[in-house]
Amino acid sequence: MNWIAIGSIADIPRRGARCVKTPQGKIAVFRTADDQVFAIDDHCPHKGGPLSQGIVHGAAVTCPLHNWVISLETGKALGADEGAVRTIPVKVEGESLYIALEALASRAA
Amino acid sequence: MPINSHTLRSEGEANGMTEKLVIIGNGMAPGRMLEHLLEAAPGRYQVTIFNAEPRVNYDRIMLSPVLSGEKDFEEIVIHGDGWYIRNGITLYKGHKIVAIDRAAKTVTSDHGVTEPYDKLVVATGSAPFIIPVPGHDMPGVLTYRDLDDVNAMLLAAQSRAKAVVIGGGLLGLEAAAGLRMRDMDVTVLHVMPTLMERQLDPAAGYLLQRAVEERGIKVMTKANTKAITGNGRVEAVELADGTVIPATLVIMAVGIRPNSGLAKDAGLAVNRGIVVDAGMRTSDPAIYALGECAEVGGHVYGLVAPLYEMARVAAAHLVGDDSARFVHNDTPTKLKVTGIDLFSLGDFADGDDRQEIVLRDASAGIYKRLVLKDNRIIGTVLYGETADGAWFNDLKKKQIDISEMRDTLIFGQAYQGGSPLDPMAAVAALPDDAEICGCNGVCKGKITGAITAKGLTSLDDVRAHTKASASCGSCTGLVEQLMSLTLGDAYNPTAVQPMCSCTGLGHDDVRRLIKAKGLKTIPAVMQELEWKSSCGCAKCRPALNYYLVADWPDLYADDYQSRFINERVHANIQKDGTYSVVPRMWGGVTSSGELRAIADVVDKFEIPMVKVTGGQRIDMLGIRKEDLPAVWADLGKAGFVSGHAYAKGLRTVKTCVGSDWCRFGTQDSTGLGIRIEKFMWGSWTPAKVKMAVSGCPRNCAEATCKDVGVICVDSGFEIHFAGAAGLDIKGTEVLGLVKTEDEALEHIVALTQMYREQGRYLERIYKWAKRVGIAEIKRQIMDDADKRKAYFDRFVFSQKFAQVDPWSERVSGKDKHEFRPMATVGFKEAAE
Repeated sequence: MNWIAIGSIADIPRRGARCVKTPQGKIAVFRTADDQVFAIDDHCPHKGGPLSQGIVHGAAVTCPLHNWVISLETGKALGADEGAVRTIPVKVEGESLYIALEALASRAA
Repeated sequence: MPINSHTLRSEGEANGMTEKLVIIGNGMAPGRMLEHLLEAAPGRYQVTIFNAEPRVNYDRIMLSPVLSGEKDFEEIVIHGDGWYIRNGITLYKGHKIVAIDRAAKTVTSDHGVTEPYDKLVVATGSAPFIIPVPGHDMPGVLTYRDLDDVNAMLLAAQSRAKAVVIGGGLLGLEAAAGLRMRDMDVTVLHVMPTLMERQLDPAAGYLLQRAVEERGIKVMTKANTKAITGNGRVEAVELADGTVIPATLVIMAVGIRPNSGLAKDAGLAVNRGIVVDAGMRTSDPAIYALGECAEVGGHVYGLVAPLYEMARVAAAHLVGDDSARFVHNDTPTKLKVTGIDLFSLGDFADGDDRQEIVLRDASAGIYKRLVLKDNRIIGTVLYGETADGAWFNDLKKKQIDISEMRDTLIFGQAYQGGSPLDPMAAVAALPDDAEICGCNGVCKGKITGAITAKGLTSLDDVRAHTKASASCGSCTGLVEQLMSLTLGDAYNPTAVQPMCSCTGLGHDDVRRLIKAKGLKTIPAVMQELEWKSSCGCAKCRPALNYYLVADWPDLYADDYQSRFINERVHANIQKDGTYSVVPRMWGGVTSSGELRAIADVVDKFEIPMVKVTGGQRIDMLGIRKEDLPAVWADLGKAGFVSGHAYAKGLRTVKTCVGSDWCRFGTQDSTGLGIRIEKFMWGSWTPAKVKMAVSGCPRNCAEATCKDVGVICVDSGFEIHFAGAAGLDIKGTEVLGLVKTEDEALEHIVALTQMYREQGRYLERIYKWAKRVGIAEIKRQIMDDADKRKAYFDRFVFSQKFAQVDPWSERVSGKDKHEFRPMATVGFKEAAE
């Protein structure tokens, strides 16, 4: 895995998200109420809404455009909706956060 | 890039994509057909719908509850605007198709739109039959067919005048009951000796007449209408026997006939309706017809179940399944008048080869009759107690020999097998393939299966997943019993609608307990009220945040992460993730300096769209999130503050120019509007609040469709409230007349505070007012000076904490992280 440092856990508010800009598009990095960190593509499987702007509850986020609820753990839509968004591996070391961009790493190598 | 239509068609044939499907009509049958089509082959057709009615697809069966006030229009919408957008369907609202050119394969609307088709579906429905008596075209004579008719009736009902309904069938009786609930004096005229003679035998017809009369509706049978009389508009209905019945409103509900004129003009085979085969194809293989306009096997249909069956068959054929066939089936009839239980099915005429079983219980008002032939049920009439309707329907459909249980058959399913059972057991004993929802053809097994497999716990869930009880709703009781059976104690049908799945409590209970227990944070609410989830959801968190802001303005620290994105960043998110910004223009008044500042901002940030809003201000759209603080900084320098165009809070106060300029103006409406806006801006409310002040009753500021409006008159200020002009259109109610501007402000502020304290989150003023009652609101705000003053003072207190411009706060650095990416990675490597 090619881990890329993206900053500190303190940069993200609890029950909130921040964006990381990558050549593959924006990645949304979430921090839950109990300090778990998840990263998924910032692109709702429904109409491409920016998931980083949604309300975070438990380990899920509600898309701000049409209220789809996406699991942060699996990237899958919850409830009656069907669809999924790519999840990105995250590593927390102390305060520091890293994400792994497989495709990017192989392209760089 | 324009695509050659020939290319398009051949591609469509080659790979099953992008054939053009045009649908004429947007009623329940084509709506259901599209649902099947989108499920079976999404993207196969490019769909265009022409709807002569200027609205989306709604549940026509539910017009009666809308008329009686038991439901709102928005509750009966089947497909909202979003559905068409999501599914890429073009809907022309208010376009009537006037010609079909079968040679060129095009249709043309009355607005001149011509659309080519590969496949055409005609679903023009039916038109009410008008008895051609003298006076039938006079103002005041209505039919009962669509929402426009209902709205016209509701308008007429406001005058509390006399109504005559011609026709004692299903529609006529529902119309009569609805108008009666709106306090009108109603008479039903029916030409036959008993009501609903096509569905009921005379005995049940008599019981029905008695029940209708007990509701205060007069019924005249054998009443033959001779003329409708009046001077320029309806004044009376005259019968053949010379009786004259005074009336200001006449509803014709004597039947319908298929709308087949368009098809006939196009040269399609037409008999009573548009003739189709069992696959819903007309005489032209590229054209299908379905719904009330279609005639199949010599039958035309008006009840929803066969229409939905047609929809299923037509959809199957459109995706290439030629085996689907429409089969005639008797459909049970149910009357949707609250408190009258009636069920009829099949053939119940007397005959030599038929026997009948009858049960009467006069004191309980129960009448049951089964008509048998060769030991099989062929007809059923149930009155007063209809719970066994589904069971009898099942026995009839399967042609089950009933000789074994003949003695107890009429007592119902619970009495079969010896011992009387509890009510639930009757439902439990139904076989899995017994039909529960006649409208949508949903059987018991499908419902219980979905409840178990998908973990459904609410009626709404079951409706969403199975469609059972989602049309006329008369099987709701059965569906709820099935839910109880399947879920056991986990299902409690009498409970109030909970806020969301995180709690069993409704909004009102939560608001009450927040005050009673002195709960001042979201975690405290969740802990004390035993929330089922760890940190709520996107439904309950914004609601709780509002309740706490409203109840503890000085003590509660706003929970930023529980606000919807628009209220978190104080701008409106757009579909592409950019934002729009609307600065306040007090009372809609601006200046050259302000306009110049806006122009400079637009140039500097290359804002792609500038639009004047309906609330008399200017909207700048397409702003990147990162640019928001800089845009606000520039706007702030020109004196602008946030317009809260994104907020569940005070939006705009529209004004007209009033006595300063207008030759008709009676008061300074502009000044009052600005004063109200400056006093109330920044306040959070359960849902958005839009206001207006008009300087005279000509009402140029359109104050009578706002949440709160003022109409200035010579003698003072008439305060209005509870209007709507969105999904619903509703004129305001009058709160009262006050003499001075100061009083007007005090009353409006007190009213808003009452709403802030009692409203459920996302409930607009008109819905709150409907729930608590207009009279109660008037009593507290107009008549009780102490209460009014207390509301006013509480609002003023909360404003001390609310009137902070959120834009200038963010220009000064608040929530900085919100407007910047956390990191930018990978670009360098990717470039190598």
